[in-house]
Amino acid sequence: MQGDENHERRGAPALSIALEDRGTAHANPAKASAESLNFWYGKNQALRNINLTIPEHQVTALIGPSGCGKSTFLRCFNRMHDLQPDTRYQGAITLRPDNVNLIGPETDAIEVRMRIGMVFQKPNPFPKSVFENVAYGLRLRGIRNRTELGDRVEKALRGAAIWEEVKDRLDDSALALSGGQMQRLCIARALATEPEILLFDEPTSALDPIATAKIEELITELRKHVTVLIVTHNMQQAARVSDFTAFMYLGELVEVDATSKIFTNPAKKATEDYITGRYG
Amino acid sequence: MSAVARLELERIRRGLAWRKRVDKVFVVLGLMVLLACLGILVFLFADLVHDGAQRFGWKFLSSFPSRRAGNAGILSAVVGTSLIMLVTVLVALPVGVAAAIYLEEYAPKNWFTAIIEINVTNLAGVPSIVYGLLALGLFVYQFGFGQSIATAGLTLALLILPIVIVATRESLRSVPRAIREAAYGLGATRWEVTKDHVLPYSTGGILTGLILGLSRAIGETAPLITIGALAFIAFLPPAPVTAQFPFLSLEWLGSEFTAMPIQIFNWVSRPDQAFQSNAAAAGAILLGMTLLMNGVAIFIRYRFRRKINW
Repeated sequence: MQGDENHERRGAPALSIALEDRGTAHANPAKASAESLNFWYGKNQALRNINLTIPEHQVTALIGPSGCGKSTFLRCFNRMHDLQPDTRYQGAITLRPDNVNLIGPETDAIEVRMRIGMVFQKPNPFPKSVFENVAYGLRLRGIRNRTELGDRVEKALRGAAIWEEVKDRLDDSALALSGGQMQRLCIARALATEPEILLFDEPTSALDPIATAKIEELITELRKHVTVLIVTHNMQQAARVSDFTAFMYLGELVEVDATSKIFTNPAKKATEDYITGRYG
Repeated sequence: MSAVARLELERIRRGLAWRKRVDKVFVVLGLMVLLACLGILVFLFADLVHDGAQRFGWKFLSSFPSRRAGNAGILSAVVGTSLIMLVTVLVALPVGVAAAIYLEEYAPKNWFTAIIEINVTNLAGVPSIVYGLLALGLFVYQFGFGQSIATAGLTLALLILPIVIVATRESLRSVPRAIREAAYGLGATRWEVTKDHVLPYSTGGILTGLILGLSRAIGETAPLITIGALAFIAFLPPAPVTAQFPFLSLEWLGSEFTAMPIQIFNWVSRPDQAFQSNAAAAGAILLGMTLLMNGVAIFIRYRFRRKINW
């Protein structure tokens, strides 16, 4: 099963053409593309020959059952795996327009993380003030000017739709916020440094439905300014927020297409089985 | 309900009564053991206070040792102990924390690190007299520090270093991975993650470990005797703050000293009954100092826990 599909999926251009031919959604020019990406934890291969194009200023969702490698794939984009010993990348993730290979050994992981933001599964604000949480990424860039910090923190908080709720308590501990507010604060923290791509790793799995709805609304809003790649366990969520959906299974990319197409008329049997709830 | 089911229920109820009784027995047993332990401490403290009762007072605290028990005090011992503890903190805290940070955040996970880790833990079990012997050879003779406050402080710092390292590592490890990932995700280097996040968030645990180490060091007698602490010191070390520029003096580091446990040990070994009272009074004060330090440790832990709850 894998061999044939990999051939079909190889090469980003083929995919974009295929999408336009179907006419279900318009794909923007590529912001990044994974090319023959393989990844290993020790001897255990977690990603197999992934080829995927991430269109600029659109939302791409990664879905698939637990252990399919979607989070592993996401974490390649900001080199999170470098923090673990004994991990290995092969292939390329090319960032446009400057064609940097994000996973290349010649590319500095810290530089990558300063360009690609990430929002995690559980809200993880620092036990510092709301302001300091958002300012941290800016401080890492050596910005010391109070006015500039203040302006950019406000802009990020507005961008994450949380400014109105926290503008009077910027100096309060971030841990005093509710779960949903914390997660939006984390989004603001990632937005403050104006990343080129924003990665979301199941951002609502620890939140209640109302907080989830706010985050989803925010994500659809965000794509005007930033390219979004989101891993989600919740298929309705993928259907609601994304323009494109990629289905992964056992470390492979099974199918990628316009979200409406994937959820109404998937090309692969495995995809259909998954979205109709036959496994996963 | 059928007869069989009723019989079964009867059986369950009988068993339940017995199991609950066992539960109660354990509560009583545990409480007794706990009270016995606490009782011993209270009794010890009360005994010391009773024996030294007539010696407590400002005069006892502000007098130098004397040949006459009634005039003798613990001034030089209190000052000596305080200065030694100061040196111990200044050495053990930075060295211990740095070692712990290296082991926890930087060291690669290999056999070499494993050997270091095992030996740090082993060091905590080395008898204190052995540290005294080491200090006598190294600090007193090799480095020529003499029988000084510096030597005593360094010796006790070595003694509590493993405690500080282990406590610091525990504390660093308790910072959740999610927090580290958040900082790394923004492009922080390992040192920035450590200095801006991991270290500040584990301050409570580190200070608690340090104070627990100090309350062990404050009572150590054997290594101080080994390096040659004097029991009879009728002067104070040179003051660390002076009237002339540069206003700070390190001369006190080279001064001879005595310390609380040495003073107590000396008094106890005298035949005169009056000196026994002195020893008891000084013992009570030393115990009080230790309890106070533990109290501070609990307070610090409480303060930091309240601010940070993962």
